[in-house]
Amino acid sequence: MDFSALSPVALIVSLMVAATPILIAAIGELVVEKSGVLNLGVEGMMIIGAICGFIVAVETGSPWLGFLAAMAGGAAISFIFAVLTQYMLTNQVATGLALTMFGLGLAALMGHSYAGIKPPKFGTLDIPFISDIPVIGPLIFSHDYMIYISLMIVAGVWYFLTRTRGGLVLRAAGENHDAAHALGYKVIRIRIMAIMFGGAMAGLGGAYLSLVRVPQWTEGMTAGAGWIALALVVFASWKPWRIILGAYLFGGITVLQLNLQAAGANIPVAYLSMTPYLVTIIVLVIMSADKKRTSLNAPACLGRIFHASS
Amino acid sequence: MFKLERRPSPSNAMVVLTPVLAVVLTMIAGGILFAILGKNPFEAIRIIFWDPLFNEVVASYTRPQLLVKAAPLITIALGLSFGYRANIWNIGAEGQFIMGAIAGGAVGLAFYPTESVLIFPLMVLAGAIGGFLWAMIPAFLKIKFNANEILVSLMLVYVAINFLGAMVTGPLRSPVGMNFPVSRNFNEYPSAYNGELVANTGLHMGVLVTLAAVIVAYILLKHHIFGFQVRTAGQSPRAAKFSGVNPNITVAICLGISGGLAGMAGLFEVTGPAGKLSTNFPLGYGFTAIIVAFLGRLNPIGIMLAGLLMALTYIGGELAQFQLSVPAASIQVFQGMLLFFMLAVDILVNFRIRLAKKEVA
Amino acid sequence: MKLFKTILVGAALAVGLAGGANAADKLKVGFIYVGPTGDFGWSYEHDQGRLAIEEALGDKVETTYVESVPESADSERVMTQMALSGTNLIFATSFNYMDHVLNVAKKFPNVKFEHATGFKRSDNVSTYSARFYEGRTVIGHIAGNMTETNTIGYIASYPIPEVIRGINAAYIAAKKVNPDVKMKIVWVFSWFDPGKEADAATALIAQGADIIMQHTDSPAAMTIAEEKGIYAFGQASDMIQFGPNARLSSIIDNWGPYYVARAQAAIDDTWTSTDTWDGIKPGMVEIGAFSDKVPADLQASATAIKDALAAGTMHSFTGPLNKQDGSVWLKDGETADDGTLAGMNFYVEGIEGEVPQ
Repeated sequence: MDFSALSPVALIVSLMVAATPILIAAIGELVVEKSGVLNLGVEGMMIIGAICGFIVAVETGSPWLGFLAAMAGGAAISFIFAVLTQYMLTNQVATGLALTMFGLGLAALMGHSYAGIKPPKFGTLDIPFISDIPVIGPLIFSHDYMIYISLMIVAGVWYFLTRTRGGLVLRAAGENHDAAHALGYKVIRIRIMAIMFGGAMAGLGGAYLSLVRVPQWTEGMTAGAGWIALALVVFASWKPWRIILGAYLFGGITVLQLNLQAAGANIPVAYLSMTPYLVTIIVLVIMSADKKRTSLNAPACLGRIFHASS
Repeated sequence: MFKLERRPSPSNAMVVLTPVLAVVLTMIAGGILFAILGKNPFEAIRIIFWDPLFNEVVASYTRPQLLVKAAPLITIALGLSFGYRANIWNIGAEGQFIMGAIAGGAVGLAFYPTESVLIFPLMVLAGAIGGFLWAMIPAFLKIKFNANEILVSLMLVYVAINFLGAMVTGPLRSPVGMNFPVSRNFNEYPSAYNGELVANTGLHMGVLVTLAAVIVAYILLKHHIFGFQVRTAGQSPRAAKFSGVNPNITVAICLGISGGLAGMAGLFEVTGPAGKLSTNFPLGYGFTAIIVAFLGRLNPIGIMLAGLLMALTYIGGELAQFQLSVPAASIQVFQGMLLFFMLAVDILVNFRIRLAKKEVA
Repeated sequence: MKLFKTILVGAALAVGLAGGANAADKLKVGFIYVGPTGDFGWSYEHDQGRLAIEEALGDKVETTYVESVPESADSERVMTQMALSGTNLIFATSFNYMDHVLNVAKKFPNVKFEHATGFKRSDNVSTYSARFYEGRTVIGHIAGNMTETNTIGYIASYPIPEVIRGINAAYIAAKKVNPDVKMKIVWVFSWFDPGKEADAATALIAQGADIIMQHTDSPAAMTIAEEKGIYAFGQASDMIQFGPNARLSSIIDNWGPYYVARAQAAIDDTWTSTDTWDGIKPGMVEIGAFSDKVPADLQASATAIKDALAAGTMHSFTGPLNKQDGSVWLKDGETADDGTLAGMNFYVEGIEGEVPQ
């Protein structure tokens, strides 16, 4: 076994890449859940984003336009979920699952003629001299742009939820939709906007997969990332900053186990792969056990159907 | 603008009409999809909905296969429906299904090659217990720590999938399987094999158990005090408390029933149709069953019909694939549309649509 | 004539479960794939084989396929439906279809089945597989010569004999030309997970690998190699479009010739149950064109190895070879028998790490 080849810097850089798709998707889902809606269709929205972004990036040659298209695609498909759950009052769990099935199929159909193509290369930050500083350079100053953007999105969501009136209203809708409605807030409109934001973010996360991390289009390429994003929201106990921690931890475990293997360590892969989920359960239990703190984080109306009867 | 108005009581006519409406809408939308793909839409719809039931070449085979494919979906959905009525959201049936298959399968393989009629019943029991115990984890965490069972049960699905991977690459790996990550084949071990009951139909013990479960669930919900408790707990937790229903026990029972049934379904599936434990064993039945439970409106008969409808789209979809060369993905899209429509039209049962004059709501 | 045909078809239908034979003059060939045809790896190449049948035999055949068929009871149902619908020859193209193929074959004695990579046969079930390890010998030779860090990265799927064989073959060939060579192996426990395969490639590169080999189905590793400016080999399909600079060569699964031959045999009524394990010689394993990054003399020596393997004058596993624990496996000049290869579950001497259990 040779662990000297394990470079912490390289490890961190690659775990950030591995974590970014789930990070972006999870921050979107966090906003959705904060508004009181549980959308289990993250996987379906991610893969739609992956293919929309890929098609547009290939056709226009611009990854930036690709990312925009991915957000539009993710938001568009989440709109189906929004209409069904908010106007037709369908069950959110079932609708989310149906959305995943629909999204996986639709993406495969759309992508039929896009397998086997290389997308245009997405840029990385490259500041003369600074990006070349050992350790700090690769660690902070030479990622691809989307990694910085993903962190900015998290900051933005944090600011919105905790420091703005809009965020307050959104949280109110998730906490007690009847009371929010009585106060004159448009619960349904708020939730639809939250759902579409969630869709846009899932789409963006998916496009990061098809344009940067892998980068190519193949059917079913999200391979369960959407479900991990869902776990991540819980792990983060609905706190934006903790999404970063959680995503890097989740991504880190995968990257670390691959690296340990490459270094020659004989590790029980299956058991190691369970750990993020077990840790999430433990976090959830610790949080839930303290009733006072739960009420501050977990939206009380999560998954409940709202219909204004007045 | 349109306005939704709650009906004084659910419309019985709509209960029957809405599924038909949803299927018709799906046929139209699906027809457009197949037309876009350059296929004859009428032929495609006929192959998916009609041929598995009535085509003279394949139907004699596919009709019983509908039951085989639907059986695990229905069994799992039945269990889930109890919890859903009581607002207890077990969405980890997939994990319970897997753990049931592992537990029951492991018990059977432990006796290999002893032959005894007692082995299979013991495996079924172990399967049910495996699923039951796996569901008890979210139940316990909910009761003791108030942890959200939706999230805990979902996380446990992924733990179960990885556990299955560890088992088939480790203790349960077949000694004669060339190191492939698969368990010993149950059809080579008669005492543990859940074989065909009627030749050439594929019908196995699990299908019978499913039918029995539908009947039992129907009676329980309609005529038994337990059904009443579950419904009260769902509709009004406080009223339930006053009438002496302990919410913790409801949580444990609801999760326990759904886990046990899912585990049993897993055991029947792995020892029969699947034939062995492998990393390919989980196919998402536990998730599809959630949809089936809702399509069936949490009613045992409805769930049975919904399960059969799902099975029909799977089997019809396969026929359409090789007869019309439509890609597998288009069938997935088609199924997604069917689910959307099914869920959407449900609103007509409890609400009616009124043309509303512009006014302040 | 038309009436006659109608009667015949009607009769065939009436036979129902027992029959499955078709009186139409076209041979109906059905395929089931484990992944989507768009995976650009395993299932894609089988589908190319299907198209090869169509091209070679034209209107004598009619082919159909179902993709993404789970290796479960679903596969059994799909094959039964195919057989019932008059398919005469069915190719089941994944290992775990094995028992399901035999079940269906028992019910349809007149339908011929071909099962890829399996080892269970019957009167109407043939098995076939390719000696991919011969290809590994060729690319191992190239990799051993071209690595500058003396480190080859290997992305492996599941620890089954076929994969372990490939690792050993590549290592033996690389070691022969480069005694210092090291092989770093990462098991991803999946055949197809582009994200994980990409991460595995990144991990291997981070640890000094400058050439990547893979035994998984997606071209993700090739894309990463291209991006990081190192080398890789195409797996299953050529994959040049994913790594125009990175790709040195490739091991291509070329099922076409075999599929055409079997379909032709079915038409001629000369089809019998066989066990085929073909390598480079009949073209089932194809070595993709060498990139111009491979120096001319290396191209020549690699070609010589390829030709020797094809001619049978060389075997990928030729002694003296020891197992990883140092015990003697093959004495000098001895070659491995097919039985040992088929169940291979050990590394040869020099490979570090353990075969995961």
